[in-house]
Amino acid sequence: MLGLGAARLEADMNRLMALLFHQGVLDEQFMQLQQLQDESSPNFVSEVISIYFRESEKLLKNLRSLLADRECTDYRKIGIHLNQLMGSSSSVGAKRVRTVCLAFRAASEHNNWSGCLRSLEVLEHEYCYLKTKLHELFQMEQQRVMAAGARYHPLLS
Amino acid sequence: MVAGAAAAGGRRRWWLNRTAMVVVWVVVSVGIWVGLHWYIRTVSMRKAEEALESMCEERARMLQDQFAVSVNHVHALAILVSTFHYRKQPSAIDQETFAYYTAKTAFERPLLNGVAYAQRVVHAERGKFESQQGWTIKTMKQEPSPVQDEYAPVIFSQKTVSYIEALDMMSGEEDRENILRARATGKAVLTNPFRLLGSNHLGVVLTFPVYRAGLPADATVAQRVEATAGYLGGAFDVESLVENLLRQLAGNQDIMVNVYDVTNTSEPLIMYGPQNPDGYMPLSHVSMLDFGDPFRKHQMMCRYSQKPPIPLSAITTPSGVFVICMLAGYILYAAWNRYDNVKEDCRKMEELKVQAEAADVAKSQFLATVSHEIRTPMNGVLGMLDMLLDTDLNLTQKDYAQTAQICGKALIALINEVLDRAKIEAGKLEIEAVPFELRSILDDVLSLFSSKSREKGIELAVFVSHKVPEIVTGDPGRFRQIITNLVGNSVKFTERGHIFVQVHLIENANKVMDAKVDTDLNGCLSDMMVPSDGTFNTLSGLEAADRRNSWENFKLLVSNEMPQSDKCKNGMPCGMNSGNVTLMVSVEDTGIGIPLQAQDRVFTPFMQADSSTSRNYGGTGIGLSISKCLVELMGGQINFISRPNVGSTFTFTAIFQRCKKSAGGDPKRTLSESLPTGFKGMKAFLVDARPVRSAVTKYHLQRLGITVEVASTIKMALNALSGQNGCLRSGKRPYILLIEKDSWTPGMDVYLHDQLLEWKQCGQIPEVPKVILLVTSESDKAKAGSFVDTVIMKPLRASTVAACLQHALGMGKQQRKEMPNGSAFLHSLLAGKNILVVDDNKVNLRVAAGALKKYGAKVECAESGKDALSLLQLPHNFDACFMDVQMPEMDGFEATRQIRLMESKANEEVKCGETYEGSERAEWHLPILAMTADVIQATYEECMKCGMDGYVSKPFEEQQLYQAVAKFLVSKPNSDL
Repeated sequence: MLGLGAARLEADMNRLMALLFHQGVLDEQFMQLQQLQDESSPNFVSEVISIYFRESEKLLKNLRSLLADRECTDYRKIGIHLNQLMGSSSSVGAKRVRTVCLAFRAASEHNNWSGCLRSLEVLEHEYCYLKTKLHELFQMEQQRVMAAGARYHPLLS
Repeated sequence: MVAGAAAAGGRRRWWLNRTAMVVVWVVVSVGIWVGLHWYIRTVSMRKAEEALESMCEERARMLQDQFAVSVNHVHALAILVSTFHYRKQPSAIDQETFAYYTAKTAFERPLLNGVAYAQRVVHAERGKFESQQGWTIKTMKQEPSPVQDEYAPVIFSQKTVSYIEALDMMSGEEDRENILRARATGKAVLTNPFRLLGSNHLGVVLTFPVYRAGLPADATVAQRVEATAGYLGGAFDVESLVENLLRQLAGNQDIMVNVYDVTNTSEPLIMYGPQNPDGYMPLSHVSMLDFGDPFRKHQMMCRYSQKPPIPLSAITTPSGVFVICMLAGYILYAAWNRYDNVKEDCRKMEELKVQAEAADVAKSQFLATVSHEIRTPMNGVLGMLDMLLDTDLNLTQKDYAQTAQICGKALIALINEVLDRAKIEAGKLEIEAVPFELRSILDDVLSLFSSKSREKGIELAVFVSHKVPEIVTGDPGRFRQIITNLVGNSVKFTERGHIFVQVHLIENANKVMDAKVDTDLNGCLSDMMVPSDGTFNTLSGLEAADRRNSWENFKLLVSNEMPQSDKCKNGMPCGMNSGNVTLMVSVEDTGIGIPLQAQDRVFTPFMQADSSTSRNYGGTGIGLSISKCLVELMGGQINFISRPNVGSTFTFTAIFQRCKKSAGGDPKRTLSESLPTGFKGMKAFLVDARPVRSAVTKYHLQRLGITVEVASTIKMALNALSGQNGCLRSGKRPYILLIEKDSWTPGMDVYLHDQLLEWKQCGQIPEVPKVILLVTSESDKAKAGSFVDTVIMKPLRASTVAACLQHALGMGKQQRKEMPNGSAFLHSLLAGKNILVVDDNKVNLRVAAGALKKYGAKVECAESGKDALSLLQLPHNFDACFMDVQMPEMDGFEATRQIRLMESKANEEVKCGETYEGSERAEWHLPILAMTADVIQATYEECMKCGMDGYVSKPFEEQQLYQAVAKFLVSKPNSDL
């Protein structure tokens, strides 16, 4: 019974991931990340992702505050923040976030305040979506691990 | 727009210019015409004038001459009269005699109407004279003469002028004057022209004085007058004179003549010709006439009756010249036009060429971009399919998914090929230089195709000459790509027979070829003779396209290298010491061959032999063209010999570098660890009827360190075995008997088994040798029977042979488990290494560290360039550093520069004698690899410039990571794995 539950959960996870891939939210880098996880570092993915969320939220907050005043906006700083965000997004495979960052950076290079603001909103939306979905995924993963219980994953044995 | 307007302006100006030039040219031509015409006319006029002058002079002279003749005659008459009339007493002349004489001599004076003699009679003698003559003196008007001082009555006259007899010549004004002048001068004198009495023609009267005898030559006028006896006169009919003359000279030119008496220059008297001269006046000539009378002056004026005609040449010549000028002008104009057109066309062509070139570059870039863009989602698709296959699928679903995955992989392969092609065309493909093991690459390629070759039952074999070094430096990926492509093609097109890959040093191969040519010339074309049993000395016995690869050659190649094989085995450079190794690789198959008409476009992209090929065998036909490009990039050449229905042999050369020993440790150990070494010193006996095949088998066994002897049949093998018993006993190694499937005939197996068992029982051999059968296809496996210990499936590879032998000999798994290729190497390279990863982005840092840890490295992290610097203070024990390029405060380039500075300082100090404690290294040089998201050339160059050793793209890819790391990391000899 427990084994069956684990299998179902795994299928659900795969479905969710396929959906995310299909939507372009994630790309193959995320899979590579998963491949890096093995018995020596069982929580590697969730660890990386939580660092990612922490860093990204900081960056988003900074971006929001940088764009608060239309008159004195430091576009150079925005660019630096965006580069950071893009770098980490491409490392975890957050493809849509990265794409939005690209547009955002283009807007910031043109000193287009309203464009930047629009991009920021889209970015926040994408980020939230990614966050909820990944949380969902990790929850399933946890359940799966719990469901698998003492039995080890057949592939890893 | 501006440029266009300027061009239009320029064209208009040019057009104007051209029109002006045309006009000028026409005007000049017309000028030439006019000038030439005028010149010719002038010349012809001058000629006409000269002709007129000469004609006029001629006429004048003739007139003068004739006149002089007549005057002379009259003179003679005067002498006659003075002689016979006055010297004779009585006179010998009377009227009758005179008339007779003059009539008879009239032909002498054709110009004179007649002559008459008038005697001088003074008034005192008039009566006497009149009575003597019997008539009275009369005046011109036939009247009796009035009393005068003296008279000059005509006493003798020619019949033609008899009407003037007895007329007093002194009564006529003209005559009187004449007479007076004549007797005063003693010469012939002429009157003014006047109308003659008889003919009414214009004429002049000539008067000649007759003197009495005794007049001295220098007599005075008075003496002359005194001595005058009479006067002889004649009337000249000038008009008829001139007319006669002109008639005589009537030539082709009709000229008009006027004769004038110009004694009174202001009032010339006309003697001949019309009063108002007509004819062509502008051209005339005047000749002076001398009629012997110094008092009177005459002249002759000549002119043409008509204007002399303009010569035809005056029209035709200039016209001709004009036409020539026009033609020449037109030719120049046309040539100019043509030149302009051609220039314009040329310019357009240039533009088009530039466009085409730009389009070509754009095409390549487009291809590269598109291929890349397709690859990205394809990876997603493939990944998903992988995941899908991991899930619970029923058989049908699994089949579908697998099919989809295979198709996807094929698509990726195709895209990679297109990308390669585009890269090559754009000149962006670079050949790497890393040390690699050639033989294992060939083994890998063989294993790739082993299942297919087994299915088809074809022999697939590889042979690498012993002279080829174990390790060479080059681009293994590209080399492998070429081999894979060629072998793939061969497998695709071969249904029976063999595919044989050979690698030789080019020097060797050439030497053998030369030797071969020599023997061919001496021996009678031994190659061309079909063997009697219908099999050829090739790998499978089927005929191969390139006869040069026959056994004779192969034997030479193999035998050539034998003496040195021991030295060469260790990868030592043997023979030559130069850094380059040129290898000749040939891939021979016995497939369908390439149709003759398609052979010249085999290397053209997307070109297969014919369209049916792609239907029957698939493929895009891009592979060979890529192979060609790659071979050329490696400094080699590719060519082929193919005969339809016989097979093809592709041969290419490639230049590699010998692996430098100094390049950190011994790469051979790292790379060739996969081959087990437990067979060293073993002996094997090979039964194979085909020399080529046995050589290949021998090659593989020798790689494992097994010495091999060859026999062509089992019986011979047994004979050899029994003969070697002595040696056998001494060696404790198990003996291996390898038998090729052709020799494994039914019945023979039993015989062999019995024989061996018998020997063992007799103690001739310590134990029964392991019998191993070599087969090419699954179906052959069935033939093995029960007497065979194990079966080795072709294609032979050192590792498979080793595994089979281990199995057969029961050696067990002494060797460590083989790992998949790339990650195994990476693992061996990175295991136990201390690596520093520097990245400001925490996420990236974590991911990179995770990836490196996966390969067994010990990772430390630093979040900024400064942290990295403090960690890398010498001495440290890091083996490598991965450095992000873009970091705030201190970026990767700057950090690297600082590190290098530090190191060079430390190295200086080492040289000066100070050494850091515990540091055993001679020199500090930490390999630093850049991590960058955009792998473009500029970044790469920047990396090199600031002292980095290489770069890897983020996120890590296994292959790239390996290539970057392999260059300078040495796998730890004491690796625990």
